[in-house]
Amino acid sequence: MVGGPQTHRLSNGGLIDRSAPLSFRFDGKTFVGYQGDTLASALIANGVKLVGRSFKYHRPRGILTAGSEEPNALVELRTGARREPNTKATMAELYEGLEAASQNRWPSLRYDFMAVNQLFAPIFVAGFYYKTFMWPAKFWEAIYEPAIRRAAGLGRAAGIADPDHYDKAWAHCDVLIAGSGPAGLAAALAAGRSGARVILCEEDFALGGRLLSDGGTIDGLPAAEWISRTLAELAALPDVRIMTRTTLFGVYDGGTYGAIERVNDHLPSPPEHQVRQRLWRIVAKRCVVAAGSIERPIVFAGNDTPGVMMASAMRTYVTRYAATPAKRVALFTNNEDGWRTAETALGAGLQIAAVIDARAEVSPAHRSLASKGGFTVLNGSVSGVEGGKDGVKKISVSMTGGARAEVEADGLAVSGGWNPAVGLTSYHRGRPKWQDHIAAFVPDGAPPGMVAAGAANGAFGLGACLREGFAAGAAAASDAGRNGKAGTAPSADDEAYSLTPLWHVAGKGKAFVDYQHDVTASDVELAQREGFESVEHLKRYTTLGMATDQGKTSNIAGLAIMAAVSGKSIPETGTTIYRPPYVPVAIGAFAGHHRDETFHATRLTPSHHWAAEQGAIFVDTGLWKRAQWYPRAGEKDWLESVTREVKAVRGGVGFCDVSTLGKIDVHGPDAGTFLDRVYINSFSNLAVGKARYGLMLREDGLVYDDGTTSRLADDHYFLTTTTAKAGLVMQHLEFCRQVLFPELDVQLTSVSDQWAQFSVAGPKTRDLLKEIVDPAEDLSNEGFPFMGAREVALRGGLKARLFRISFSGEMAFEISVPARYGEALVRNLMQAGAPFGVTPYGTEALGVMRVEKGHVAGPELNGTTTAADLGLGKMMSTKKDFIGRVMAGREALVAPDRQVVVGIKPTDKARRLRSGAHIIPKGQTPGPDNDQGYVTSVCFSPTLDQWIGLGLVERGRERIGEIVHAHDPLRGEDYEVELCNPVFYDPDGGRQRG
Amino acid sequence: MRITCPFCGERELGEFTYLGDAKPARPAVDAGEDAVFDYVYLRDNVAGAMSEHWYHGGGCRAWLKVTRNTLTHEISVVEPAAGVGAAKVGA
Ligand SMILES: [Zn+2]
Repeated sequence: MVGGPQTHRLSNGGLIDRSAPLSFRFDGKTFVGYQGDTLASALIANGVKLVGRSFKYHRPRGILTAGSEEPNALVELRTGARREPNTKATMAELYEGLEAASQNRWPSLRYDFMAVNQLFAPIFVAGFYYKTFMWPAKFWEAIYEPAIRRAAGLGRAAGIADPDHYDKAWAHCDVLIAGSGPAGLAAALAAGRSGARVILCEEDFALGGRLLSDGGTIDGLPAAEWISRTLAELAALPDVRIMTRTTLFGVYDGGTYGAIERVNDHLPSPPEHQVRQRLWRIVAKRCVVAAGSIERPIVFAGNDTPGVMMASAMRTYVTRYAATPAKRVALFTNNEDGWRTAETALGAGLQIAAVIDARAEVSPAHRSLASKGGFTVLNGSVSGVEGGKDGVKKISVSMTGGARAEVEADGLAVSGGWNPAVGLTSYHRGRPKWQDHIAAFVPDGAPPGMVAAGAANGAFGLGACLREGFAAGAAAASDAGRNGKAGTAPSADDEAYSLTPLWHVAGKGKAFVDYQHDVTASDVELAQREGFESVEHLKRYTTLGMATDQGKTSNIAGLAIMAAVSGKSIPETGTTIYRPPYVPVAIGAFAGHHRDETFHATRLTPSHHWAAEQGAIFVDTGLWKRAQWYPRAGEKDWLESVTREVKAVRGGVGFCDVSTLGKIDVHGPDAGTFLDRVYINSFSNLAVGKARYGLMLREDGLVYDDGTTSRLADDHYFLTTTTAKAGLVMQHLEFCRQVLFPELDVQLTSVSDQWAQFSVAGPKTRDLLKEIVDPAEDLSNEGFPFMGAREVALRGGLKARLFRISFSGEMAFEISVPARYGEALVRNLMQAGAPFGVTPYGTEALGVMRVEKGHVAGPELNGTTTAADLGLGKMMSTKKDFIGRVMAGREALVAPDRQVVVGIKPTDKARRLRSGAHIIPKGQTPGPDNDQGYVTSVCFSPTLDQWIGLGLVERGRERIGEIVHAHDPLRGEDYEVELCNPVFYDPDGGRQRG
Repeated sequence: MRITCPFCGERELGEFTYLGDAKPARPAVDAGEDAVFDYVYLRDNVAGAMSEHWYHGGGCRAWLKVTRNTLTHEISVVEPAAGVGAAKVGA
């Protein structure tokens, strides 16, 4: 194995597996760490202090924390398509072969050219985006934006498609617990013992929270032993599920929670058939937030120097990872808890340079620790840090009383106190409340069903965490209806916690509030001077708290500084609104399997596999794949194929799969009355065995959908809808039935997927169908006239439905069989039709024939047209009420100058007509004032041997024969067209009746 | 958000389609244009409990009358529409 010795690794201790060394690369250099390390702890163990450059000023930065609140140590993890920017080194688990690179440096981390930004710091002050936008737009686009983007940025995206899979899943439970620290484990014990179904989410890969770093004694046992005993008990309970590497990131209405599980982020790549991450939606009756608290920095000059670290993080690195961030440590604290780092450091054999305590009094116990450890206690504050990319060198201290002191150290641990993690409890616009004795915001209520416990609730003592967690777990189980015996709560002593609030120490040099966005104390002060006193304005103006860490370590200091300069208290200044997600969640996880060919469900027609065998070209129509045309060898383009298909139908026989139409069975004694109310024309007077075209309106009087309805029995109708509106019409009809006309005895059944339906069209249709249908069935014009509809037997006995309806204008039938026979029927049609030259045709030929025939479709039924606009005004019954009747009579909807459907053909027969072209009167200059409509549908008509179309044109039907302009500014075309009868083909309809 | 369908039980939002205010009633046949205009277009902008039509299209296809608080999304009542199922009003 390559890589030098782990210079900063303790010789024993830590929750790492020393028998499993792992080699990894950071910025091209090889190092060795252990199983159980994070990238951050492994870098520390190898003495690496400099891990990145800052966002705006490219200042050298080190590792500040040991958790998901990390603002500094962001790296690009992995390479190639899996390269992921802004990965927190503190959250990235080490694996063999891990590759990471620092961000924001050029040409190298140690010699960063862009650090020159510091000299231009004035342009990066608070509000620089807004101030820069004030410059002329040309300057911004050409110079400043590209320059700023190059200089300020956070890592590079992979730029190629993510090769991994992501999953989405649901889970349900009685009690959901966020966090596995003492409060979370105690809550799980109480809820689990009570019989509740429990899910506990822990974002770390190890369970125990702060116990892993700070230890303690619980029920007389060392913390580690208590954790194992507790986990064993939880594992033995019937329905307690513990999910590690899973962060609860949001809470939504009705007790729904979002969680992201990093299933395989700890491996170089997911094992085969496994997902990288899984997005959970968890439905829980109750939720206990035991998410702990986050230690907060103190703002002072040079507080971003590598080697300055949160005191609790230093304990974590030393205790949990046996890695020493420094050899000679100074500690700066304003509270009792910070002193634990001194104890830990001493215990690990580190030198302590000094403890700088901002409080007036230091306890006798700590005084004696100092004399035992041989270090001084300075009563004062750190006012500056000397050092740079190689880390901390010298620390300046302003002593209480005015004297100054200097301390030499290579690491500085800082504790400004603790902030409960109030994110989850505040996501429903909750505003946390200020608690003076801990100088922090604590949850003030929570979304329904949620409660905070332990440190997340401001109870920092170990004993208090256990008590609160246990009580919350028991109460949550009971609220969820689980009332088993919770037993006794685990117990422990409470540590002392006293602090003197301290947010900002005056000094020379940049003092950072928000490390990730490079927002300094003076930026906050400047914002206040410029009038941005509201915290929401402060946030947006300075971008404080808007980085990927959401200001977990910075928001409170920003508020405190704003409060100080504006002469208000912190609670008066208030907090910004908390919003999910608690940690960044990859878009891929939200998408899950909904990408590429599985972006949405795919519906295949009954003839799909057969059509694919024929080499059909398919088109997406909603969720459907429909055969668009069937190319044959030697055909040079789609037009040639489509033209052949049209001619084959008009001259012989062809068929087309129309199974995608929505199909609805309407049953019941009131079925006719019901249809009379939803269609503009009447169906109660339709004879059994007949079909009729119907048009339905929306209640506002505009056309909604069309289709044919057949009466199969007195109390049984079968209606079809357009493909696009199939689902919506079903929903609409159910609304009419259930809400508008509940008195009608009628039932609706969607049978769209139950029937395969084919249009068989052309003068030889009867010849073909005679080969398919039982010879006893009479298909003659007398026995089965135009618009006839009835059940027939096929040869072999299968029952089918036959409808003599025509969309193509030819003699045609639609034949319908149970969907599972659809493919067999197609194969039979092909076989039986061979002597007649039967030709399958796709949606293009279907469209050509409907334009030739002047039938309206989607482009004309576009939500702005009335029945009269479509030339179907006469269908509107005056003898009955129907949906849309009254509103259809509104003045504007019956105005004589409305744009109505008309036929359109170029005067030059060789000219191609394009849909979307605007209709302008001849001789006029095109413009909005004389725009009289537009071309809606076009096709090349093989029958007329020219391009033809339909359009919506002002007073179109009165202007048949008029020559106008088709003006097409998009394509730069302008040509003469003639307005004509929209029925180009067989206007008297003799062919379809023949 | 979760809605408890009287037929299917508690289900998640994705199974339902929202229509809107359930208060306006379709006017009688002879009510005249103004009444129909109000029915089609006039809506209250409710801050608080509101009666709404929701369609359980991903389940039993029942139209439901849901009382939802527009400020909190809390759902207090879910009733089936009058014509749901086979039983007819007045039959
Ligand atoms: Zn339902």
